Amino acid sequence: METFLQQIVNGLVVGSVYALVALGYTMVYGILGLINFAHGDVLMVGALVSLQVILFVQKTWPALGAIPTLMIGLSVAVTVCMLLGYVIERAAYRRLRNAPRLAPLITAIGVSFLLQTLAMIIWGRNYHSFPQLITTAPLQPIDGVFITPVQVVILISSALLMTGLILLVNKTRLGRAMRATAENHRVAGLMGVDTNKIIATTFIIGSGLAAVAGVMFSSNYGVAHYAMGFSPGIKAFTAAVLGGIGNLGGAMVGGVVLGLVESIGAGYLGSATDLCHLPIWAQSASLQTTCANGGSFELLSSNYQDIFAFVILGIVLIFRPTGLLGERVSDRA
Amino acid sequence: MKKTLIALAVLGLTAGAVQAQEVVVKLGHVGPLTGNIAHMGKDNENGVRMAIEEYNAKGVTIGGKKVKFELVGEDDAADPKTGNIVAQRLVDAGVKGIVGHLNSGTTIPASRIYNQAGIPMISPSATNVTLTQQGFPYIFRTMANDAQQGSVVGKFAATKLGKKVAIIDDRTAYGQGLADEVEKGVKANGGSVTSREFTNNQATDFMAILTKIKAQNPDVIVYSGMDAQGGPMLKQVKQLGINAKFVTGDGGCTPEFIKLAGNAMSDKAYCSQAGLPLELLADKTFKDRFKKRFNVDIQNYAPYAYDAAAALIEGMKAAGSWEPAKYLPALKKVHFKGVTGEVAFDDKGDTKFGAITMYQFNAGGWSPLK
Repeated sequence: METFLQQIVNGLVVGSVYALVALGYTMVYGILGLINFAHGDVLMVGALVSLQVILFVQKTWPALGAIPTLMIGLSVAVTVCMLLGYVIERAAYRRLRNAPRLAPLITAIGVSFLLQTLAMIIWGRNYHSFPQLITTAPLQPIDGVFITPVQVVILISSALLMTGLILLVNKTRLGRAMRATAENHRVAGLMGVDTNKIIATTFIIGSGLAAVAGVMFSSNYGVAHYAMGFSPGIKAFTAAVLGGIGNLGGAMVGGVVLGLVESIGAGYLGSATDLCHLPIWAQSASLQTTCANGGSFELLSSNYQDIFAFVILGIVLIFRPTGLLGERVSDRA
Repeated sequence: MKKTLIALAVLGLTAGAVQAQEVVVKLGHVGPLTGNIAHMGKDNENGVRMAIEEYNAKGVTIGGKKVKFELVGEDDAADPKTGNIVAQRLVDAGVKGIVGHLNSGTTIPASRIYNQAGIPMISPSATNVTLTQQGFPYIFRTMANDAQQGSVVGKFAATKLGKKVAIIDDRTAYGQGLADEVEKGVKANGGSVTSREFTNNQATDFMAILTKIKAQNPDVIVYSGMDAQGGPMLKQVKQLGINAKFVTGDGGCTPEFIKLAGNAMSDKAYCSQAGLPLELLADKTFKDRFKKRFNVDIQNYAPYAYDAAAALIEGMKAAGSWEPAKYLPALKKVHFKGVTGEVAFDDKGDTKFGAITMYQFNAGGWSPLK
């Protein structure tokens, strides 16, 4: 039972980071119908910028406590990434807004490479150790289930950020403009919405969230690296599709579900397919020798962790092509 | 004015003549210079560069001609597909010998290309057993292979650390090969393998598999993969309150691992290294020479890359030719004192003097165990 609860905790932590990144994908997709493949790399930039700032602050004002240092690092990273998001939109996507869909997609991949290469030039190819300002000494809320303070912070702050975003989109004037632009940006423009500004704002918000996710990611695992954005980027994109791309709630649900599925998959796929659980008469002689003394013969082990997540995605998309919470959106472009 | 011009022209001519007598022989190095383990690729390249520079400085005469070696560096990004492309590029560039690749996964497919082209290749770090068992006469390595290393790690874990061992590997040719040998080593020494788990060489989150391992309560966790995953993994071992000892293969036996694992490092962390600790290298000044030349510490295999390049050059010297077909027989018989110790190859191309050392974390660094 502790093992199961521990897997749930693991899944929730990973899932909430996925969800935060997925929001960026889904917001941009919702408004522009564009898959911004550079989004994962914005996360990387956030992590590396905050690393740089934290190291600087620690050197210059060593007396400053851990939390203020982290906050300074985080706020600089968020600011830089928001700026970066704006620049990406302005320089790479705006001119292609009315181009065929494939053009901005390729540009997005190009921007992703560009960011990675720039980061490699600036920060080098090494893995950097990320200072753990919030302690990682594990707590045990339930006997046998471990959670670190960093993970608690991740869970709480991503929940807060997501709620904040939902409120922003559904309750504010800016949110209304965003929804209108998503519906039809030409008509929204006719109604007096400055769509350029709204689209830029979307990128800025998404990039800010990615920066937060990057800092969380690095604080949790204690590493930062120029290629670190790729994997969470792809997973978050998957989460966005799983939840229904273009739908904010869907991105969150998708992220958390994906995290849980991965964690449970890696934890239980092996023993669920362990042939040693077969009744003894169904086991071949060689299998019996393998299984003797607590041995195991797992058909599908954690080897298939990632595949398992994509199998779930496939199944969901077969039965619900628009994702878990996806609305039917008319095909644009 | 005119006179000085003429004098300069004459000087230029003589300089040209001197250079014409000197033959340039190209040696290739290939390893990942971009990507996750670029630091190790650069380390190897530095080793080769240093060998070439030192031999050039000493002056090498082969078959009566003065030879200047030149390094042709390629980047395989630790990717087998890219590895094959750059292997072909090195062959086309007319290199006379190759040091590389770094990873077993890239070296094994590329070795076919070198062997077909008839150019000797010596890997300083690809330890997968298969490499030298393909019956390719042109393929060598200066490092003990995984079978040797894995059985030492397995025996060490089962006899010194505890009977119940969990093994995780990164599903690369290196990680998987080493893990298989560790499993055999554990079982041969009366231990049992509680589970084999898998991750990949891009992963950062291992909580799920570690949670599963925790439930089986092993005495030892062996990770067979690179430092970029091993370091964060050890951190997560601690976060989950797992008490087992942690052993990693040579891919994790780096200063990088210690940095990445941070405060999770303790005397419960061990690693194995094919070859000797830097302090026990035959050439005591190598470490400092390297630091002075490149202003970075040796990561891992640079001394073996140095010896691989040296073996090529010694082979050429012995044969009196830099043409691969001519110096191959001499390379097979080469026996000299390199920076790591004695260098010689067996009939498969494996090193004859492959040592394996176990290390334990102690006072801020990996310190060799007896």
